[in-house]
Amino acid sequence: MKKNTSKIMVILAIIAMVSTFMVFTGCPGDDAAGLIKVGIVNLPPEESGYRQANVEAMNNVFSTANGYEAKQTNTGDNSEQIAAAKGYIRDGVDYLLISAQNASGWDDTLKSAKDAGIKVILFDRPIDTDVSNYQAALLSDMAYEGKMATDWVLSLGLKPTNLVLIRGAMGSGAEIGRSAAVLEAQKAGKLKIVADGTGGDSWSLEEARKVVEAAIAAKKDFNVIYAQNDGMAQGAVQALEAAGITHGKDGKVKIIGFDFNRFALRNVQAGYWDANMQCNPRQAAEISKWIKSGKLPSGIIYQEELLVTTDTITDEIIDTWGINADPGKGKITR
Amino acid sequence: MINMQRLKQQISHLILPLSVLVILLVINLIKGPEYFSITMTNGAFYGPIPLLLDHASELVILTIGMALVTAASRGQDISIGVGATITSAVFVLFVLNAGEASLLTIVAGFLISCVAGLVIGAFNGTLVSVFKVQPMIATLILLMGGRSIAFLIDGKLSPLLDNPISKQIGTSITISDQIGTEIFNVPISTPIILTAVFIAITALVLKTTNLRLYVESVGINPSAARLNGISPKKIIFLTFLIMGVCTAVAGFIAVNKAARHDSSNLLKFIMMDAILAVAIGGNSLSGGKFSLTGAIIGAYTIEMLSQTLLRLDVGTETLRAFKAVFIIILMVVASPVVRDYAGKILQFARQILQKVRTRGGGGAEGGTGAPDDTDVAGPDIPVKKEE
Repeated sequence: MKKNTSKIMVILAIIAMVSTFMVFTGCPGDDAAGLIKVGIVNLPPEESGYRQANVEAMNNVFSTANGYEAKQTNTGDNSEQIAAAKGYIRDGVDYLLISAQNASGWDDTLKSAKDAGIKVILFDRPIDTDVSNYQAALLSDMAYEGKMATDWVLSLGLKPTNLVLIRGAMGSGAEIGRSAAVLEAQKAGKLKIVADGTGGDSWSLEEARKVVEAAIAAKKDFNVIYAQNDGMAQGAVQALEAAGITHGKDGKVKIIGFDFNRFALRNVQAGYWDANMQCNPRQAAEISKWIKSGKLPSGIIYQEELLVTTDTITDEIIDTWGINADPGKGKITR
Repeated sequence: MINMQRLKQQISHLILPLSVLVILLVINLIKGPEYFSITMTNGAFYGPIPLLLDHASELVILTIGMALVTAASRGQDISIGVGATITSAVFVLFVLNAGEASLLTIVAGFLISCVAGLVIGAFNGTLVSVFKVQPMIATLILLMGGRSIAFLIDGKLSPLLDNPISKQIGTSITISDQIGTEIFNVPISTPIILTAVFIAITALVLKTTNLRLYVESVGINPSAARLNGISPKKIIFLTFLIMGVCTAVAGFIAVNKAARHDSSNLLKFIMMDAILAVAIGGNSLSGGKFSLTGAIIGAYTIEMLSQTLLRLDVGTETLRAFKAVFIIILMVVASPVVRDYAGKILQFARQILQKVRTRGGGGAEGGTGAPDDTDVAGPDIPVKKEE
């Protein structure tokens, strides 16, 4: 008898220990701690100024103070990204946010997330897969950006509009989208592309500068430079400066850049350039809003983005929406 | 007589880069002679050639370092662009923290960035010389991780150098601007001047020291060099240190040109161009004898090639492929094999000519032809000896 009771006591003790242990391990997964578990798979901040702002926004929004328990993996290697995503699925996160390096190869991962009941939200970059494999995608519509910018060029009412097109990395989503509207406008006879160049895979300032220099050397007459990012617009303007061609608000050549770098916005503000088109890296706030409201949209959602000109730019826009370092009011960047 | 032979040998080294350069010049001349026009704009020389010299600055400086590293270590440093990004990040950080971008702070910042360059060179050099890691693998480490380091240094926000207030739009007033473009009242752009000074210093060092001899002997046969009292370890380490200084100077020029520090894209693919320049310069990529003159001409040639392709209005989509095809053609046309073959054909032609002459045919024509042929074939002979 005595032996039996002691045995029972031991068993009870073990059960008690195990159950408390299970309670402790089980807790964070449920809502006892009240934090929403989020796994973020992103690209590394050193990729670009855009990504820098993007990662920063993710860090700020998905913080414990805002009620999130977030884990982040920032890598430019697609297989590492997939491995990280699978890890988060095993961990049992509530939401999985992905900005994929490659648009393909994600099907299995997305399906297993779906099976586990995890809501997948893509941001910034789309994935080539069936829409049913993810909840929603919050993207920048490059074609929309190109259309806004081209509409601005046409609204200048220059007769004729002779445009130098400086593309980004050929074949990239941004290049295709931002070129589309311009090429269409040329087809419709609304403007003429007198020089068509690229800054290459690094969207290089120097290459862009050479494109404009070649156009000047060939005595091509142009009055708009449409550079698909700010660095390339900067290179283009350097070429104009060296050749003594006026540009900006009161100048001959109108300059438009993309991406909303703060230095570019200050240049627009100073009338050194003419316009800039936003490419918003701060999807985090919008996604958080969706999660907190419990009303998740489905399918692809495009962000609304701004185009600023010398007339519409304000300090507030530069503060709130600009990316990278601010040179300070009144300063221009050559 | 000995001098003549040395001169001939030097010229034979330069046949490859010079012939490539001449081909490009001819293409540009055919396209339009305005390529050679130089005008004064805003008080400085302006035209395709001055622009070419200006844009090639960083590449030329890095090519010098690359030629030395290649000659001694029998491998290439592929971290140069990243190295320059880190050194220029140090430069920018110093200047911005110093409060104002005066001449003093800029010079001090430059010297500190040179120290950073030496540290990078020492890192790569140690891996290659002490641990015997292949140069390309050793420098791959920095290539992969370096831009993150630059990001940590520059504060991740691509900071800006001091720039003019908008009242003075169009006038370069800050010192950084003057380094990136032109100094007041000097018609030649500052990068060109800096490059010329750098080339002159390099030439002086090679002239007054035994560096060339040591580097070449280590590159040709490290064991033999060691038996003769030259330490391959030290020499290879030294070439990487020199490379470190080259990256610092190139980074300094590049960041002042751009007026802001862009850690993601600064000099991103320049190592490819630098290696190509060394090769076009007639240098073997497996070490040994080297020609800096050839490498420098090679660097300017590459810059001219990209300018030429833009002048020829090559389609944007096909530009890269076009450039590759062009380089293949240039390298093949100017390669020793083809030159050998051309030499043989010349010889064959000469024999036929001689036969024709012994038969008593056209005397005057053959007479002028023969000396020409020997002149053309002349520089080829030392090349054969070398191999």
